[in-house]
Amino acid sequence: MYRYDEFDETFVRERVAQFRDQVRRRLDGAITEDEFKPLRLKNGLYLQLHAYMLRVAIPYGTLSAHQLRQLAHIADRFDRGYGHFTTRQNIQFNWPQLKDVPEILDLLADVEMHAIQTSGNCIRNVTADQFAGVAADEIEDPRPVAELIRQWSSAHPEFSYLPRKFKIAVTGAAHDRAAVLVHDIGLRIVKDSVGEVGYEIIVGGGLGRTPMIGKVVRDFLPKRELLAYLEALMRVYNAEGRRDNKYKARVKILVHEIGIEEFRARVEAEFAGLDKSTINADPEEQARIAAYFASPTYAALPASDPALEAQCKANPAFSAWLDANRFAHKQAGYAAVTISLKPIGGIPGDISGAQMRVVADLAERFSFGEIRATHAQNLVLPHVAERDLFALWQALGDAELSTANAGLITDIIACPGLDYCALATARSIPIAQALSNRFADPERQRDIGELNIKISGCINACGHHHVGHIGILGLEKRGEESYQITLGGDATENAAIGEILGPGLTAEEVPDAIERLVETYRAERLPGESFIAAVRRLGVAPFKAAFLQETHHAAA
Amino acid sequence: MPLLDRTGTYIPDSFSREAGANRALQPFDGAEPGALAIEVANTTAPESLVPFFGAEMIAIGFPAYADGRGFTLARRLRHLGYTGTLRAVGPLIADQFAYALACGFDELELPEAHAARQPESHWKTAARAFSATYQRGYARGLNILDQRRAARAGGTHG
Ligand code: SF4
Repeated sequence: MYRYDEFDETFVRERVAQFRDQVRRRLDGAITEDEFKPLRLKNGLYLQLHAYMLRVAIPYGTLSAHQLRQLAHIADRFDRGYGHFTTRQNIQFNWPQLKDVPEILDLLADVEMHAIQTSGNCIRNVTADQFAGVAADEIEDPRPVAELIRQWSSAHPEFSYLPRKFKIAVTGAAHDRAAVLVHDIGLRIVKDSVGEVGYEIIVGGGLGRTPMIGKVVRDFLPKRELLAYLEALMRVYNAEGRRDNKYKARVKILVHEIGIEEFRARVEAEFAGLDKSTINADPEEQARIAAYFASPTYAALPASDPALEAQCKANPAFSAWLDANRFAHKQAGYAAVTISLKPIGGIPGDISGAQMRVVADLAERFSFGEIRATHAQNLVLPHVAERDLFALWQALGDAELSTANAGLITDIIACPGLDYCALATARSIPIAQALSNRFADPERQRDIGELNIKISGCINACGHHHVGHIGILGLEKRGEESYQITLGGDATENAAIGEILGPGLTAEEVPDAIERLVETYRAERLPGESFIAAVRRLGVAPFKAAFLQETHHAAA
Repeated sequence: MPLLDRTGTYIPDSFSREAGANRALQPFDGAEPGALAIEVANTTAPESLVPFFGAEMIAIGFPAYADGRGFTLARRLRHLGYTGTLRAVGPLIADQFAYALACGFDELELPEAHAARQPESHWKTAARAFSATYQRGYARGLNILDQRRAARAGGTHG
């Protein structure tokens, strides 16, 4: 994991002092509420429906046990004993008092954490594949470049007052787990024809009101040129992105309006004029950062643990958990394990302070002290020896953290919605809970297989509903909550925006409608065919027909 | 309107927008190359200003403090080789002072009421908020990446 040097440490401490000063000037009246708002947002502080909310950055989703313990402490002291993991690998605390926020920031700085640029019209916290450094299909670990971008984008003098927020995601693997096609910038680590490692740069993806899939703006950028290229691209956006309408201010709209060829030409013209040697990080700096992400010292283990099979036979629940929550590790004898934060009927992404401490302890015992936060609002222990899996499962079970549903239908992504969010038009958490209860049966979940349901409480799409295999968007119609269902969305390298199936539903109608979609899949699928593959093959028509059926499907 | 220099001190303005003034600050619209000082919108194409690079000052408007286009325009003008004074005109706040200087501005001209509630001490404190930041190539003193590089070089020699 990356560790702060004296410069990083000083920078983060100075950011806390600056925020203290900003709060003081706001209270003095030197700056107005309108002027203060972007300042607090750039430090992750929102004013929600009932209270402030502080969003803490977990850069590219990597956390140490030590850091997670500090988050537990903050949850217990300043929230109501909970933290809430978000779809951008951050954690939110829902009940801090404004006066306590500088102190929370101090506590974060004590463990090399911060809330810098988790909100506001600036370059946001950079996200990456949660299985970085673990996945066998990886060309290179994406975290060093994500860390370089984190540093470069922090308090950027030119790009801190952008037309709109700006999100960057990085993946180093063939299979995209970082949703790079639906970010303002997506970076894919690739190799060119002679084997040199560089980046494919994708621009203009995004969800929200106008969902769009990103387009390739540069096929191959040599590694050392990254910061100069990003500076050129951001400059074009800062100068030319629309500022007359906040719904048209994201870079995707600029790319859409002028076309990718013209956008590319402008970026390349800007890039060509730069004195790159004065901007880029030198290779030694890149190597300095990369060294922190070296693999831990694994034990030499056989490819599969002989005891595992017997443990599975004796404990079907353990076996089911392994099937769903184990991810293949590049190192023989190891696995990455998803800790689901989606217990049946629970609030997606919520975790108590006590549970955080359990996860921190288990990370130290079994995973070299390392934890990952995923964009699906779960946690991962990235380096668990297969021989420890059973003990880990038992310990997680004691803390109610062994739900066997990673990637299954009850692993639902949901934004906070009307229960917390000031912008919401409908509730999303209760919909997630109702669906989770409806599909609680583990047998049935396994039979349905991989299926992502994603729920947003308004058009801002924080729940990424557009790229859910099944997406649910909560709207308000004539004072009533109304849920629009989409089908066929995909956040991976096959990125697709879901198609709307029909008129909005009431909250009560949603579980039956989703069940009809699932049953259509079960009736139509080919052997071994996943839900999303079946939707791609069949098109939406049969699902739409089932969706529109007035009579409720009689189960069984 | 109040003018703040790069040290965060309010200073008298030697330019005037009045027609026929001795040291006139003219709108870009209608100005001839050779003008002493011109005032431009933040949407002006930087290349169109090259013929005016003899001007003592170019003032760039910030219609709202959250409109960051002026930062990019200043940076582009410096890139193109403008070496005179760059002035930011608009309701900037103290927290943007360091950014403005880093992007190549030399001074800020603020609305009266705005300056009245932001005394010099606020600007001076805000300008010093970070002893060093990460970006290379901005006018901001020694950045963190270059300091690390210097430390590495020192390490190899010592
Ligand atoms: S999607 Fe809407 S309701 Fe949900 S968190 Fe985002 S802004 Fe709030």
